[in-house]
Amino acid sequence: MSSLETLLDSRQVWRAQTGTASDHGEAIASGHAELDALLPGGGWPPAAVSELLSSGAGNGELALLWPVLSRMTRQGRPIVLISPPGAPYPAAWRQAGVALGQCHWLEVQGREALWAAEQCLRAGCCGAVMAWLPQADSRLMRRLQVAAASGNTLAFVHRPLVKVAEASPAPLRLRLHRHAELEVLKCRGGLVSSRRIAFGGGT
Amino acid sequence: MRWVCLLFPRLALEGALRRRPDPGAPFALIDGPPPRQCIRAANRAARERGVRPGQALGFAEALCDSLETAPFDAESVERWRRRLAAWAYGFSAQVSLHYPHALVFEIASSLDLLGPWPRLEARLRAELGELGFSHRLVIAPNPAAARVLVNVHDGLAVDESGLEAALAGLRLDRAGLASLDADRDIVQTLTRSGFQRLGELFALPRSALARRFGGRLMRHLGELRGEWPLALDYHRPTPRFSRTFAFDQPVHAIAGLAFPLKRLLQELSLFLIGQDAGVERFRVTFELEDGPPQTVEIGLLSVQRDPETLLELTRAHLERVRLVGPVMALTLFAPRLSDYAPTRRELLEGPARQAQAWAALHQRLVARLGESALRPLVEHREYRPEKAVLNGLGPRARDASAGPPRPGWLVPAPQRCDGDVVQLLAGPERIESGWWDGGDIRRDYYLAQWVDGRHAWVWCEPGRQGWYLHGWFG
Repeated sequence: MSSLETLLDSRQVWRAQTGTASDHGEAIASGHAELDALLPGGGWPPAAVSELLSSGAGNGELALLWPVLSRMTRQGRPIVLISPPGAPYPAAWRQAGVALGQCHWLEVQGREALWAAEQCLRAGCCGAVMAWLPQADSRLMRRLQVAAASGNTLAFVHRPLVKVAEASPAPLRLRLHRHAELEVLKCRGGLVSSRRIAFGGGT
Repeated sequence: MRWVCLLFPRLALEGALRRRPDPGAPFALIDGPPPRQCIRAANRAARERGVRPGQALGFAEALCDSLETAPFDAESVERWRRRLAAWAYGFSAQVSLHYPHALVFEIASSLDLLGPWPRLEARLRAELGELGFSHRLVIAPNPAAARVLVNVHDGLAVDESGLEAALAGLRLDRAGLASLDADRDIVQTLTRSGFQRLGELFALPRSALARRFGGRLMRHLGELRGEWPLALDYHRPTPRFSRTFAFDQPVHAIAGLAFPLKRLLQELSLFLIGQDAGVERFRVTFELEDGPPQTVEIGLLSVQRDPETLLELTRAHLERVRLVGPVMALTLFAPRLSDYAPTRRELLEGPARQAQAWAALHQRLVARLGESALRPLVEHREYRPEKAVLNGLGPRARDASAGPPRPGWLVPAPQRCDGDVVQLLAGPERIESGWWDGGDIRRDYYLAQWVDGRHAWVWCEPGRQGWYLHGWFG
């Protein structure tokens, strides 16, 4: 037993599940019961980047995020989409319960998209920031993670599947599968299970 | 009435130093025709090396080899005095440039607002110190007395009862008498007659003094004691701002413009505070070495005057600018001032603070990315998807009716996709519209399953072959 304590003290071994409360307060419920049950604190990690890996648009990312986005916008907090894969269709977003007045999208490319994502996260006034950043590497992801923590903002970064093997500083990494299922690849403070979770949704 | 007189003994030098990147380096102003130039004023670093006013330029350069010089320019001294008058206008509505090298302004009516005199004095000194102008100041019941007292005092405050005593102690050569009569040297005549101080003149019978020296002396003494009213021309603020910063050597990169830009924006901010105004747009002009000047218009989303904010926004604007050639001078021009309403930070809580932070973020994004990059999500009452989503055509939809299902993402341009659709899940929905503006369409939309299991929004034209992908249900 004492040897285990020594290992923990010398920080060679990390505890997988270290309490549920994070430094930045309550987790934000995702609106999907099965996912909430799995995530530490029962929701999206606040003030952190959650990374969503998928093969492209239409893999259920909207069904996954619409519940939290609609809650944020109804509380009057702005959300920003940065270089989304297509133009957001206002009628569909409204039908999903999102208050359109609080939605903004930025059509920018390359370095400007990274700059804009960092600015939005640092400003600390956005309810959530979603960015599609296929160009981001591990170093830039760390920058965004620091920005999200300092601005205390919920961030979702969408990246292509080729980045699955790449190391990432994001505390939560999810891989989206077809038919509205997802797989948890990494989850700080929680257990990673290879089981696929269905998160329902309209599609 | 209480009048403040500010005397700027080194205005020419300090005005020129403000335009230099390193005010601590040895620097002197020179005067006179080219072969016989001599030092007119030198800064501390130069004086420590032995440079003194009156020395010949060659001699001074021998004493201090790193000495940098600029010609004395009476015009620029006047300009600085007017700028300081604009600054003083923030404290008083009656600012006068009547006396050379000095500024007088009436303060009694502002003391209720700006606090007791010691606090206001500290504020004036602090602001002048920040601007880099050494000064002496005196407050007295009338402008003429304030002006002569500042010759020998600094920080003196006299009221009506103490005025006579304060003036009586002045030596005659410091009492502003020399400029009274060009033909006769009044001061010399008086000293030869045995008079030393102003008080001795006050004691003489007025009729005798008037007979001997004429009305002008009597009038001057009357003005000093507040018996004669003094009519001054007051400074009137200009409704626009224009400043130029000229470079000794051409500047090739935007980065080299950071310092002059900061200085000019600081001056703009000061000017705006003096007028209790703000700017919404201004113009930065680069005078190029060869070719016509290059102009950058800077538009802000809200009225601003804080120098830090102005600098940050201007920098963001300039990051997108490419210099056409080497820059010789930089001009900042604000053609129009706007009313400024300061935000009361201490009263802001929660949602209001957040709205303010969002406004600042919005401003920052637009400044760098351009106005068209940040788009709102607006639902339009228009059936054609491209027109409604991409072009923002049609009136805004007001009612929140359910309507047929729409995809979360719209593909910017429909793509031909004949082999990729596996199965049609719902539809058709006929969209036929737009015959009146030439962009008419006639399509049957379906919810379809894609090869990889995703749900797509596809259409075909009735009676024709070919499927087109137009959106994804996220």
